[in-house]
Amino acid sequence: MDPLVLIFLTSGLFLGGARGANDAANVFGTAVGTKMVRFRTAAIICSVFVILGAVISGAGTSDTLGRLGAISALPGAFMTALSAALAVYAMTKSGLPVSTSQAIVGAIIGWNLFSGSPTHTGTLTKILSTWIICPVLSAVIAIILFKALRIASRRFSIHMIVVDAYTRIALIIAGALGAYSLGANNIANVVGVFIPVQPLPPMQLGIVEISSTQQLFLLGGLAIALGVFTYSRRVMMTVGDSLGRLSATAALVAVISHSIVLFMFASRGLEAWLAGNGLPTIPLVPVSSSQAVVGAVVGISILQGAAGIRWLVLAKIVAGWVATPIAAGVICFVGLFFLQNVFGLVVV
Amino acid sequence: MKSDLTLFRRTRQLETQIDSFFDKLSESSVVYRLAVRLYLREGACEEFHGRLDRVNALESEADNLRRDIERQLYSNTLIPDSRGDVLGLIETVDQLMSEFEASLWALSIETPDIPEEFNNGYRKLTNMVIRAVDELVLGGRAFFRNPHDVPAYNHKVMLYEKEADIIGTNLKRSIFASDLDLSQKIHLRQFVEQIDNIADVAEDVADRLSIYAIKRLV
Repeated sequence: MDPLVLIFLTSGLFLGGARGANDAANVFGTAVGTKMVRFRTAAIICSVFVILGAVISGAGTSDTLGRLGAISALPGAFMTALSAALAVYAMTKSGLPVSTSQAIVGAIIGWNLFSGSPTHTGTLTKILSTWIICPVLSAVIAIILFKALRIASRRFSIHMIVVDAYTRIALIIAGALGAYSLGANNIANVVGVFIPVQPLPPMQLGIVEISSTQQLFLLGGLAIALGVFTYSRRVMMTVGDSLGRLSATAALVAVISHSIVLFMFASRGLEAWLAGNGLPTIPLVPVSSSQAVVGAVVGISILQGAAGIRWLVLAKIVAGWVATPIAAGVICFVGLFFLQNVFGLVVV
Repeated sequence: MKSDLTLFRRTRQLETQIDSFFDKLSESSVVYRLAVRLYLREGACEEFHGRLDRVNALESEADNLRRDIERQLYSNTLIPDSRGDVLGLIETVDQLMSEFEASLWALSIETPDIPEEFNNGYRKLTNMVIRAVDELVLGGRAFFRNPHDVPAYNHKVMLYEKEADIIGTNLKRSIFASDLDLSQKIHLRQFVEQIDNIADVAEDVADRLSIYAIKRLV
């Protein structure tokens, strides 16, 4: 294997780390921010389930990204992933829950512009529409769930302490499912650009052969786990605490809504069922878990009278969503120019 | 799985402790009422001292429960968003129990000579104060299970407290309108205020409880 392959893969792993730091916050941020789950517990569960989701069901959403721009050379894939990672890393350092999905889309379009490849407008429109549908859908689901929980709590008169115990367990289960969905839905963002290049040779482990794609998913998953342990704490606090004060129940609703939305946009089974029943299908797109969770938190806050929303923080987050793909696209374009003209590498 | 079971065992234990903390307050109010009525009938007799000892014991047991509940809430980081409110509630309820104890101790030590004509006034005042405390107990229990019901109980606490104030004022008026020595009048007034003060403390706790309940409902 060419040692250069490993160097080029580092950008994907860096992106994975940045993603782990950022998106673990979406899964467990509300739970950790409300002090219902310890950071360490959240980090361990999140890492394990993200890796499982990536390796077992990671292939689902890769197609959409592949259609947006089929990156054909390893150095090009390297720069695409690196520019997305840099954009996400910068946002994460400032404590904002940005979207890796948006960063990678911006970076791929940067590559398309540089290489002169056409951007598939249908796919781009599909992806862009999810950037609005995803937070809105998440907010609606959160409002419905929160109302249902309120009615249930009035009807069943459960002791506050017992509710606390149930909420903790539910937060952990919902968080684990959310992490799994995250791995399944979003691993394409981390290592997806390397899949067409197939940089790793298949590995034989006894009778089991691990394909290049599966190795990429595993590496990506491990990188995400590393990111969870290193940088996710600050973003967790932004999601769980700074945007608006959440009760433990609200935290649970946010995590569940986020997981449902991620599942809806990743499940081939659901798509087939909807199509089979003549209903409009939900596109299989690696959606932004950041948008899902922020949408849920805003939905709950609206239900509580919207007084708890810190509009400035929300505006900063939304500004981050706009800035991320643009920044990633620009970095990618400039980076590709340097790789091609300064280092003489084939990027297209 | 083991930690889940431990969590539920701990939860059940804490739930029982909180319930039994309110049982102590409820029992204290019953024993206090019996003790005051006994004093009005028979003075500081042996049975009265037995009741006083029971209120003392209940106060100590409630103190121990309070400490244990506080320790568990903090060491196990339970109910993070309501922990401060729960602690505030049980601490102020504990003060209420100290008021019962202090009132009976004062009767036991100072043994005021209460003329029979005022017995009915003291009895009515005590009954009204106890009603306020009983409603507070119900409100306190509701806070943990049905916070929506707290305002209804608190409303009754306020009503009974106001009624206790009226009875107390009338009783003081009749004491000072009587032919007793001024020193005895002042002594009797002090006991009116001490009993009435229990309803005032109950009202303070109810005020806090209202805020805590609103916070839970938001």
